[in-house]
Amino acid sequence: MSFHPLMDYGKGMHQSQRALADEGPAFVFTAENLATLEDICSRYPAERRKSAVIAALYLAQRQQGYISRNAMKAVAAAIRISTAEVEDVVSFYTMFYQRPVGKNIIQVCRTLSCALNGAERLTDELQKVLGISTGETTADGAFSLFEVECLGACDRAPVVGVNDDWHECQRPEDAQKLVDGLRTKGAASLTGCHLHKEHS
Amino acid sequence: MELILTPHVNTPNGFTLDFYVKQGGYEALRKALSMTPDDVVDVVKASGLRGRGGAGFPTGMKWQFVDKKSSKPKYICCNADESEPGTFKDHVLMERNPHLLFEGCLIACHAIGAKVAYIYIRGEFYHVQEVLEAELAKARAAGFIGKNIFGTGFDCEIFVHRGAGAYEAGEETALIESLEGKRAQPRLKPPFPAVAGLYDCPTAVNNVETLCNVPPIITRGAEWFASLGPEKNGGPKLYCLSGHVKRPGVYEAPMHVTVKELIYGEQYGGGIRGDRKLKAVIPGGSSVPILLPDQIDIPASFDGVMKAGSMLGSAGMIVMDETTCMVWAAENLLYFYKHESCGKCTPCREGGDWLHKLLGRIERGEGQMKDIDLLLSVANNITGKTLCAFGDAAATPVLTTVGLFREEFEAHVREGRCTLKADWRSEARAHAHAH
Ligand SMILES: Cc1cc2nc3c(=O)[nH]c(=O)nc-3n(C[C@H](O)[C@H](O)[C@H](O)COP(=O)(O)O)c2cc1C
Ligand code: SF4
Ligand code: FES
Repeated sequence: MSFHPLMDYGKGMHQSQRALADEGPAFVFTAENLATLEDICSRYPAERRKSAVIAALYLAQRQQGYISRNAMKAVAAAIRISTAEVEDVVSFYTMFYQRPVGKNIIQVCRTLSCALNGAERLTDELQKVLGISTGETTADGAFSLFEVECLGACDRAPVVGVNDDWHECQRPEDAQKLVDGLRTKGAASLTGCHLHKEHS
Repeated sequence: MELILTPHVNTPNGFTLDFYVKQGGYEALRKALSMTPDDVVDVVKASGLRGRGGAGFPTGMKWQFVDKKSSKPKYICCNADESEPGTFKDHVLMERNPHLLFEGCLIACHAIGAKVAYIYIRGEFYHVQEVLEAELAKARAAGFIGKNIFGTGFDCEIFVHRGAGAYEAGEETALIESLEGKRAQPRLKPPFPAVAGLYDCPTAVNNVETLCNVPPIITRGAEWFASLGPEKNGGPKLYCLSGHVKRPGVYEAPMHVTVKELIYGEQYGGGIRGDRKLKAVIPGGSSVPILLPDQIDIPASFDGVMKAGSMLGSAGMIVMDETTCMVWAAENLLYFYKHESCGKCTPCREGGDWLHKLLGRIERGEGQMKDIDLLLSVANNITGKTLCAFGDAAATPVLTTVGLFREEFEAHVREGRCTLKADWRSEARAHAHAH
């Protein structure tokens, strides 16, 4: 059975559409997100809409906080590919969350240059302050803690990503300050990327 | 010394289109469009520009290989995945000199007959995407990108494409797969991207820094460019210094500069933090062999570092002082490689995990002497036996640390503990936590 990119697979007729069980709240892209997605699709040849699948998943994740299976089905319909192809992508890339995560996703870089500058101790401290282990979310849903790989800013070690933003030169002893800052002032409490200062 | 790529990274508003145009920006594009594509390729070939993404392959040659006779569209893919541990130079160029990159992309498109360039940035560079898209819109409005550029009939578009967290997406065919909306797993080569790349069309994949070198080559000529560095290592180079140096950061220098100068020079790294002793340098991103302190008085050029037994790679120099345990460092890096293996071929997928487990065992003091030789055996069964260069990259940290610091591994086994536990490390770390 072929997957013709221009065929309308959105009607739940196809084998792979049936195979993916429902999970999560009902998911419908907002009109605004659909318009954004069409704009992004126009950057690729018409028969290559699949190139926009990562962008579509980002939109879905932003809309709902994580990628549920219902969201995957909506993405498949919007991109006109099978749900299997969407699952394939979601399960490969680390930045897609398949379960609900905290409002603040704290991602400590654990790779060598950051580790040489105290990233291990920083993770220890954050685990203590938040009362969770890496990979977990606090009971109030405010924070998730992950370790991630080199963020491409090793001169500002240790680097911490927080949602779409990031925080540089975070010392282990200031872990409490990082968490308090996020609680009270949100992203405004972060240093941001030093190269990006003038843009924001 | 004149800075070519980064003269205005600290200048307020140095990234803007207005500023760029005032400095003569987009004039190289005008000049290139007055030349034939073949002439542009010839100039870049004559300059000797070598790719800055890791392999140092001659850029002009790569463009020449692009199948121009094909009736299919051609593509430029700019590799802005920048995920090699210790590397953060493309990040600076994109945030602080984006129009130089756009101009390089446009000239590259003209050279290979492409009408579209995609800039593939890593998922974590959300803020970089914002900058690039805002500046692209300005360049488009000013007529530097789009239809009939400079009234020459040349149409060209540049789009930013953001990935979603995968080191392997930096490998050029994996990047193409990812751009097509699939897992970032590499393709079997041949065919090479020059023949069948993005959407099975002729494609050139070039690193950000590589493309940024193109406009100055067009403006000032191939000879000027070649004369900036040692023979066959011409042009300016960006170096990323991180780890235990006093002044970590990105520094531009011609490739005459030595690794020693980069680490100790006042205008560069400024020496080792706390004036401790240097123990080891990884000179080209985490995937290359270590240089010892008595090996660093060498030109930080492709050929200079190669001669010393390592590779310049991405020029990400990770500096480690005497407090660093080499078993720990290897374990840290193998966690990275086992985590990032795309899983497509067995030696890398299984071997990386095995190496990481062995290293963890030795580091925790639970290893046996025979594990050390087992490490070498597993690593040697990965090297040269994988689909892409990732396999060799993953084996290297093991081969280089065991090769140079075997006595440290033995001490861990003998004493049943880490024999060099620095205060900047975790006090009680359970290893292996997956994400
Ligand atoms: C595992 C792996 C990861 C890579 N990551 C990157 C990267 O992040 N950025 C990059 O420019 N090149 C990377 N490369 C090299 C690319 O495959 C390719 O050689 C490069 O983009 C070519 O550009 P250049 O000729 O301008 O250097 C990687 C290679 C491998 C094997
Ligand atoms: S060497 Fe590793 S990263 Fe490369 S294809 Fe094989 S499994 Fe994937
Ligand atoms: S090692 Fe942490 S940003 Fe590179």
